[in-house]
Amino acid sequence: MTSTLKISALTKRFGDLAALGGVSLTVAPGERVALLGHNGAGKSTLMKIILGLIPATGGEVTICDAAPGSPAARRAVAYLPENVAFHPALTGEEQIRHYLSLRGESPSLAMGLLEKVGLGQAARRRIGTYSKGMRQRVGLAQALIGNPRLLVLDEPTSGLDPVSRREFYALLDDLAAQGASILLSSHALTEVEARTDRILILSRGRLVAEGTLSDLRRRADLPVTMHVTARNGYAPDIARALPGAILVDGALHLTCAQTEKLETLGRIAGLGDKVADLEVLPPSLEDLYSHFSQQGAQ
Amino acid sequence: MNRILSTAGTEFRIALRNRWVAIALVLMAVFSLVLSLAGSAPTGGLGVDRLSVTVASLTSLSVYLIPLLALLMSFDAIAGESERGTLSLLLAYPIAREEILLGKLVAHLAILTLAVLLGHGLAAGVAIATDENALAGLPALFRLSWSSVLLGATFLGAGYALSALSRRPSGAAGLAIGLWLGLVVLYDLALLSAIVADNGGWFTTDAFPVALLANPADAFRLFNLTASGATAAAAGVGGAADAIPLWQSLSSVLIWPFAALALAAAAFRKVTP
Ligand SMILES: Nc1ncnc2c1ncn2[C@@H]1O[C@H](COP(=O)(O)OP(=O)(O)OP(=O)(O)O)[C@@H](O)[C@H]1O
Ligand SMILES: [Mg+2]
Repeated sequence: MTSTLKISALTKRFGDLAALGGVSLTVAPGERVALLGHNGAGKSTLMKIILGLIPATGGEVTICDAAPGSPAARRAVAYLPENVAFHPALTGEEQIRHYLSLRGESPSLAMGLLEKVGLGQAARRRIGTYSKGMRQRVGLAQALIGNPRLLVLDEPTSGLDPVSRREFYALLDDLAAQGASILLSSHALTEVEARTDRILILSRGRLVAEGTLSDLRRRADLPVTMHVTARNGYAPDIARALPGAILVDGALHLTCAQTEKLETLGRIAGLGDKVADLEVLPPSLEDLYSHFSQQGAQ
Repeated sequence: MNRILSTAGTEFRIALRNRWVAIALVLMAVFSLVLSLAGSAPTGGLGVDRLSVTVASLTSLSVYLIPLLALLMSFDAIAGESERGTLSLLLAYPIAREEILLGKLVAHLAILTLAVLLGHGLAAGVAIATDENALAGLPALFRLSWSSVLLGATFLGAGYALSALSRRPSGAAGLAIGLWLGLVVLYDLALLSAIVADNGGWFTTDAFPVALLANPADAFRLFNLTASGATAAAAGVGGAADAIPLWQSLSSVLIWPFAALALAAAAFRKVTP
């Protein structure tokens, strides 16, 4: 067995609407994969099919050699649905104890799990009194139960503050280091940038891009932006030397293709003392994302 | 087994904190006390002990109260989970849908049983304290207790089925109230008016007994009244049915809980989160 999750030519229709159209992907043990896509792209639908909650219209899904929704697959997979609200009358500890029992684990592990997600102090309070982020952490705690081979997390960091997000990704790193595969969806591009091994971009139910971030950068071939700050009075000289540059707040902004990057840098270096400062801005993740989403939409 | 027990424990806790346990216990206790105190006033002439009189009025009360309590506890069972988003999570766990239902049933049935035992215990206490012949009514009371629990199981199953069918707690609540009104109130009125219109014809002799047995609430009342030989004394629908043999109403009382739960399981199996 080489991959934890294998999907081939998966399609899903809701009546006339094609929510997923021929999605194929694999996730290897220990790999962290981020699923990106606009609202309604089909991320949650894909996850529900992986879990066997809704049937696919066509295609194949295997999880650790088992079919989605089969007892073996359910034991191997942990899930965090989007917008889950646990019963307000239960305490965090009671809720996690219950989920532990359902997985055949000892309920006494609950406190440890809650401490892991930073809920140790609030464990004995009712979930009805929790803040949004605290409720989200209850969901994270239950996803850590047992040693899941695959974690399917639908917008796991929604509602978490920046520090909690960092702690959350650190938890995922530990799990991945132990061989668990992670498939998560997110709308926060910057956080998946450093914390996942591979990015999948879904647009209108189709996989429009797949690869590591640097792969995607290379493939998109988006222009590089440079900000050149001139020494006092030299701005017009520089503008003349760099056709296409525009003056914004005292700095000259220009863009060039990846292939012309070095040449342009050379020209700027040739201006010598006239240049006070130079900033090179690679295309942002947002630029990449909209590039691939728009490409997919055509 | 562990999964069912854990589900039951969690549900019981929720019911306790939502005050369903308190409501069920208080309602049963208050009504039973009122009926047993009222029933013990003008006895003597009939040659019937006080407890038997109380059991007859408790039977009429239970027909309304037990289904209502059962439906109130069960309508949220699946629709509520679906609305909170925990249903999709639960179904991703290694637990069968039947196990989820059974766990909830165990908790809700335990609450109903507690309420019935409390109410009936109080009624027995009052009757025995005021009439030394009241011990003669104990078998009838015991019969009423276990058949009340079975009646509760039937309406819990019906509540789960409605909860699975409607997906929204508000919709499920509406359906539950509708079912209660339909089966417990309107059904009997419709039967009575049909009998009056029929004037002793085919409906009264052939269709009416079947119609009574088909309704779990009517079968429950019929069973308890027939078993204690009180049909002649009872008014209305019960009084019109003394021709139905005991084994038939007993069968209905025993079969309905399983039928209702099978219905609930079938409806739940169709739910996609
Ligand atoms: N049960 C359903 N019935 C009909 N259409 C559905 C159903 N579930 C999802 N859809 C449709 O499928 C498409 C994909 O929805 P999905 O929830 O997978 O999007 P998403 O990528 O998770 O979006 P978001 O980022 O907003 O969570 C949407 O157009 C949605 O309306
Ligand atoms: Mg979604």
